[in-house]
Formats: sequence, C-alpha cells, structure tokens
Amino acid sequence: MSDIKLPIYLDYSATTPIDKRVADKMAHFLTIDGNFGNPASRSHEFGWTAEEAVDEARQHVADLINADPREIVWTSGATESDNLAIKGAAHFYRKKGNHIITLKTEHKAVLDTCRQLEREGFEVTYMDPQENGLLDLAKLKAAITEQTILISVMHVNNEIGVIQDIEAIGEIARENRIIFHVDAAQSTGKVDIDLEKLKVDLMSFCAHKTYGPKGIGALYVRRKPRVRLEAQMHGGGHERGMRSGTLATHQIVGMGEAFRIAKEDMATENERIRMLRDRLYDGLKDMEEVYVNGDLEHRIAGNLNISFNFVEGESLIMALRDLAVSSGSACTSASLEPSYVLRALGRNDELAHSSIRFTIGRFTTLEEIDYTIELVRAAVEKLRDLSPLWDMYKDGIDLNSVEWVAH
Amino acid sequence: MAYSEKVLDHYENPRNVGVIEDDQSVGTGMVGAPACGDVMKLQIKVGADGIIQDAKFKTYGCGSAIASSSLVTEWVKGKSLEEAAEIKNTHIAQELALPPVKIHCSVLAEDAIAAAIDNYREKNQ
Repeated sequence: MSDIKLPIYLDYSATTPIDKRVADKMAHFLTIDGNFGNPASRSHEFGWTAEEAVDEARQHVADLINADPREIVWTSGATESDNLAIKGAAHFYRKKGNHIITLKTEHKAVLDTCRQLEREGFEVTYMDPQENGLLDLAKLKAAITEQTILISVMHVNNEIGVIQDIEAIGEIARENRIIFHVDAAQSTGKVDIDLEKLKVDLMSFCAHKTYGPKGIGALYVRRKPRVRLEAQMHGGGHERGMRSGTLATHQIVGMGEAFRIAKEDMATENERIRMLRDRLYDGLKDMEEVYVNGDLEHRIAGNLNISFNFVEGESLIMALRDLAVSSGSACTSASLEPSYVLRALGRNDELAHSSIRFTIGRFTTLEEIDYTIELVRAAVEKLRDLSPLWDMYKDGIDLNSVEWVAH
Repeated sequence: MAYSEKVLDHYENPRNVGVIEDDQSVGTGMVGAPACGDVMKLQIKVGADGIIQDAKFKTYGCGSAIASSSLVTEWVKGKSLEEAAEIKNTHIAQELALPPVKIHCSVLAEDAIAAAIDNYREKNQ
C-alpha cells in the first residue's frame, strides 16, 4: 500500500479538487501578464478580451445543460443561486399566490430560504420523501393549491445521491403554471441535463463540485416561456439586472472550463466511478447489519451512503482517520441532531447516527477503494467489539423494547 | 474536531473493555440511549472488603464517550463505593481535556458509575 497517499479523499460531494486544466486556464486571468480586465469595461481591449472569455465560459455552461447562453446568470455559488431563484421568483410572483412547495431533504440553502419567505408571509409545504429518498409524485400533485407559485426540488441529493425525477415534476409544474426551480449543485457532470426537454424554469449550479473553483456558480433562468425574478443584489445592473457585481473573470473561466471537461468526459468518467462505487459496496455488503441509505438505482454513480448498525458514526470516522469521508452523525457538526435527510427517510436515530457517506470522484483509484474496504471492515469490527448494543443484538434483545435512560 | 492526546490514547487503546460475569458481587450500570448517539455499560466487581476489584465497560458512542468510560474503569478500581461515587464529570472532562460540546460524555460516565453502584447496592441490601 506504499503508493497510496493518505488520507484518501472520498468526500467529492463536499467539494472536488480543481482539475489542473481548469487551474491553468484560470491563471491567465489574474495578473498584468495575463488578461485581468473588467468584462464590463467597454472602452478598451482589456475589457473586450475579458468579456470574450466570459462569453466563452457562458457558452460552455450552456452547452453542458443544453440551454441558451443568454439564460445563464453568474452568481457566487449554488447557495446564492438558490436564494436568487426562490426569493426572486416568490417576490416577483407574489401577487399570483403565496404558496411554495419543497422537500424536507433539500439543501439548507433552499430550506432556510423558504423559512425566510415564511417569515415574510409566504406559506411553505415541506414534503416528506418516500423511504428511498424520492418524491412521491401523487403526493406532490395533491399538495398543489390555487395559491402555489413555486416548486423547488433538488436534482441530486447531497447526502444520499438519489436523483429526483425532475422531468415528471416539471410536467406537473408546467401543467399547473407553477414555476419550477431545481438545485442542481450535485448533478452536473453526473447526470444528463437537457433543458430543451426538461420543463425546469430555474436551475442552480456551482463549479466546485465539478472540478472547478469555489466561489462561482450560475442560475439558469428560462427565456421561453420567460421567467421573471426580482433581483436580490442591486448595483451596476450586471447580468441583465438580475445579479449586480463585477464579474469574477478567472472564476467564470474556471467554471466554463470545468463544465466543458465535464461534458466531454462524463460518460466514460461515470462508468469508471460506478465500477469503483460498486466495488466498494461489494466489499462491505456481506457484513451484518449494513444498510444503504436511499435508492440504489436512482442514484449518482459516485455516492455510497451506508449505515453500520450498532456503531456510532463519529467514533467510526475517528477510526477511519486515513479516510476523508463524512457522517450523518450529530457529533460531527455543531448541532446535536442526526442528519435531517436520513431522518426524513424514516431512518431511526441509531441508523442515522451510524451513517457514513463515501463519495467517489475523478481522482479516486482502485487501490484506494480496496484499502478503504479493509480499513472500514476492521474499524467496524473493532467498534462493534466495544459496543454494548452489538452484544445485546447478538443476544437477541430487541433494542426497541429496552427502556433507555435518555439524557 | 481535534481530540486531545488523552482521548486519542484511550480511544486507540481502551482499558478494561469487556464483560464481567454477573453474580452477587457485580454491579452493572447502563446509561444513555441509542437515539442520543451514546450508550455506556459499566460493570464493577466489589470485594468482601467493599473495595472495587475490577471494572469493565462497553460503550457505543463517540471517541470522547469511549475515552470517558475507559478512564473511569481505571479510576474506580481500588476505590471504595463511596470514593468511586466522588468521581465527578468535571474531573473526567478535565483529565481528558474535553471541549464544551463533549461535556455530556463525561456526565454520562459519572451517571454510569452511579448506576453501577446503585445496582450493586440493590443486590446486596
């Protein structure tokens, strides 16, 4: 194992390293030797070439999602895109109605934005997903009212990697003349996105989950039928008034290049990543009391979210110090609640506490996966030897029948 | 989260892991709940002289919970029940340099000692 560099990075859904090809391209847009101009400068060469670079990047982003470049608005990332989409649409269309529908397993950037709108007087329905993490379309239809102006459902879930049927949801939204927003931060380069076909009105993107830089994202705003937004950031009227602020040329160029590479490589890359993910799962699934969280079929290739029953997630992460993974366990974050996503699937607290998310990406190797399997098996075994719950399970005691002294 | 060296040491090399076969001289305490992310089981074996001869633990929980229970098994050995009951969560937290969010682990360890002592006393009234 001497050729493996530790720790092994298996947290590609948190962020990805910038592809060297992307970094090289970005470096040309920083210093006096390169092209540092302000793309909004109309009076000289520096501005014109910067604008050209931005236009080219805009085309690359549009190409990946089969959209018109005029439908792309640059933002600082998916969080800002979600805010602009949801608040922008809600504020613009509030005379039409005040009801918004979203999903309990959305990213906080969507959920917290909806909470803010509730404080402003909007009504929000937070739908429960099914046990496999997917939205029940019949329940969605039933939740729609005369007042519904916006549906916001993420494409790929960040924790469990499940892919929502945004094609079907889009049809439902369009039939009911409701604006449909999709947070697609986790899906670019992983799932095909064709906005000619999908009836999605607003879609949020970011670069750093797709081997681009952090701090840059985009919002797709449909032109036909036209979707209107109230700007959330006011100033020089950049991005057709929807998002003011000097364009970060180097960041934008980075996102464009990252998305260009994603379009080119995604088919072969996903095949390789899926092979690695399946190998990881095959290496773990014969252990006792192991549960995959979320649907395995409707899922991106690189995600494996798995619970090791009777082992607490943080202690497992500690035992797996040679791996960079994340846990749905409470103790890893500032809050003391276990993953709200796993809870929304109906997973009990124990399983939510014992979950680990492995996310595999462009630079993951076969050797790393094999080493990971060994490490995880040894760690789970060690911690189960330490676990009174494991003993009780082995003795045939139903843990639900025990009266716990909660604290 | 950064762990103190002492937490890491107890986590890597937990002391006194295991189960003591139950009899009249053994007190068992189990505290916490799976839903909260930690369960501690602490057992003490008390000699005829009232001194704790042996202690074992099993813990489901984070590294700090495992370290806290490992530490108290070391501390209670050789103590009388009264002396063991004097061990407070603040001592444990201080010894292991637990951060504020992990204080509940030391509280749980203190509770585990009390529960084990109570169980022993119930059996030997």
